[in-house]
Order: sequence, then structure tokens, then C-alpha cells
Amino acid sequence: MSPILTGMTVLLCLAMIVAALAAIRVKSLPMAILAGGLVSLILSVVFLILAAPDVAMTEAAIGSGLTTFLFFFVLSRMRGGEDD
Amino acid sequence: MIKRALALLLVLALGGLFASLMSAYAPDPELNPTARYYAEHTAQDLGAANLVTAIIVTYRGLDTLGEVTVLFLTAAIVGLVLAQSRRRIPHQPVPGGELLATGTRLLTPLILLLGVYVFVNGHLTPGGGFQGGAILASGVLLVLLADPVKPFSHGLISVIESLAGTLYVLIGLAGLALAGGFLDNRILPLGEFGQLFSAGAIPVIYSLIGLKVGAEFASMLASLSETEDL
Repeated sequence: MSPILTGMTVLLCLAMIVAALAAIRVKSLPMAILAGGLVSLILSVVFLILAAPDVAMTEAAIGSGLTTFLFFFVLSRMRGGEDD
Repeated sequence: MIKRALALLLVLALGGLFASLMSAYAPDPELNPTARYYAEHTAQDLGAANLVTAIIVTYRGLDTLGEVTVLFLTAAIVGLVLAQSRRRIPHQPVPGGELLATGTRLLTPLILLLGVYVFVNGHLTPGGGFQGGAILASGVLLVLLADPVKPFSHGLISVIESLAGTLYVLIGLAGLALAGGFLDNRILPLGEFGQLFSAGAIPVIYSLIGLKVGAEFASMLASLSETEDL
């Protein structure tokens, strides 16, 4: 792996950690859901760099697509419980 | 305070574990014998351009059948549990909003098309039945988000799901009778390497898996959306 790719991977992993921290620290639930989806999205880019496009696709479709949608769906079903 | 210290200790221990794993890791200089066999024989034996798909659908086809079965059982159990609390009289849910409704009308056909593209081209490009099926289901979920009272045909979905599953097993049995073994893809002509209609039964099997996975996810999401608020 070239130094540029290695540096990019390290940066992406750091961004992933920041997004993961944001997901548990942020006050508003929609922002937390988006941050959680962001972790999966960055992870799928990392998989792509690591030459695993099939895994990257699964991660993008299920991790950042379907679960983020699903969380929003559940959020729209619960009313008045946003402070929990 | 004790709880926090314990959590911190746990995180540090996990970090140490991963760091030791990471420092001991060295990539293999060459492929191991099994991987070398797959890499050298896939193109001429099975005619699939995507090695991963050839392994998933043909060499390890039985495992994939097992995975699909696990997913089917999950969908069945979710349906069974949630059917108890299905709402009798649909109440008026919060409307999704004009932006979401219009966007959904535009995007859903495109998302479904992308899902079908992903699993039909599973033997040529990265992706395949599971990814395509998940994309199909996310299109369905978008519709459910935009219009929660839209009637969802569980009958149609279960027909698609059972047809795809039955055909999958029948193709596997046809491989047993006509070619080298269960789920052998050489029951259909291999065709020209790299073309859409090539690699024997792989595109057919992966399309069936895609439809099955999409139908299972969609039925799970629909049962979830039809559940009575608790």
C-alpha cells in the first residue's frame, strides 16, 4: 500500500472515531443517527481502500443505508421520548 | 465513578488486545493453496469475472443457501411476533411531508433499478444478491417512510419470496443431476467471459437470492411499520 493510501486510511479511521464519539455524545437524536450512519459510510470507504469492494458495498447498503433509514423510521414512530 | 473507571479499563484492555493483534499482523507474501486454486481456476472453470461471487454462489453455494435460510427464519419469526400486535383500525399517522413524498416518487424507481442492476451484474462487478436485495428493501422502506398508511401486499411479497427460494433449491438439484454437483453453475452454457449472459447459472441464482433477500427485508420492515404503537 502506498504511503498516500496509508495516510488516507489513518485519516478516515480517525474521522470514524470522531463520528462514533459524536454519535454517543450529541444531544439531538437525529444528529446521533446521522453520525452513526457516517461511521458506516467511512468504514465502507476504508473497505474499498483495503481492496474489498464487495464488503464495502454490503456495509454501504446495510450499515449506512438500511439501518440509518430504520433508525429514522423508529424515531418517527416514537413521540415525546426524544430526551431519553 | 467506579462504573466509569471500569468502562475505561475495559476500553483500554480492548485497545491493548487490538494493538497486540495489529502489531503481530504481517500480510502473507503469497496466496494460500485454497485461495490459489480459486484464483487460478475460477475464470476457466466457472466463467465468472467476479471471484468473490464465484466462491459465494458456486464453490461455497451450500453455505449461501444456509445463510439465506437463516435470513428466512429471521423474517418468519419477526413476522410471527409482530403479527400479534398488528393494528386493526389504521389510525392517522404523521404525514411525511411534501418534500419526502415527491422525492420518494422520483427516487424509488431509481433505487429499485440500482438494486436490480447490482444483483444482475453480481458475476461481473462487486456486489450481488445480498447487497442488491438490501438496496431493494431500502427503496421499499423509503415508500413506507413517505406514506405509512399505504397498503402493503404481504401476499405478493411472500409469493416472490417462496418462488425465489424454491427455484434456488431446484437449480441446485438440477446441478446435481446435470452437472458436477449441488448448485453447480454449469447447467447453463458458460458463455463468453465478461458478458452479462455468462457464468452459467450464477446470474440466475444471484438474482433469485437478490429477490429473496429484498422480499425478506421488505416484509420485516413492513411488519414493523404495521405494528401497533406500544
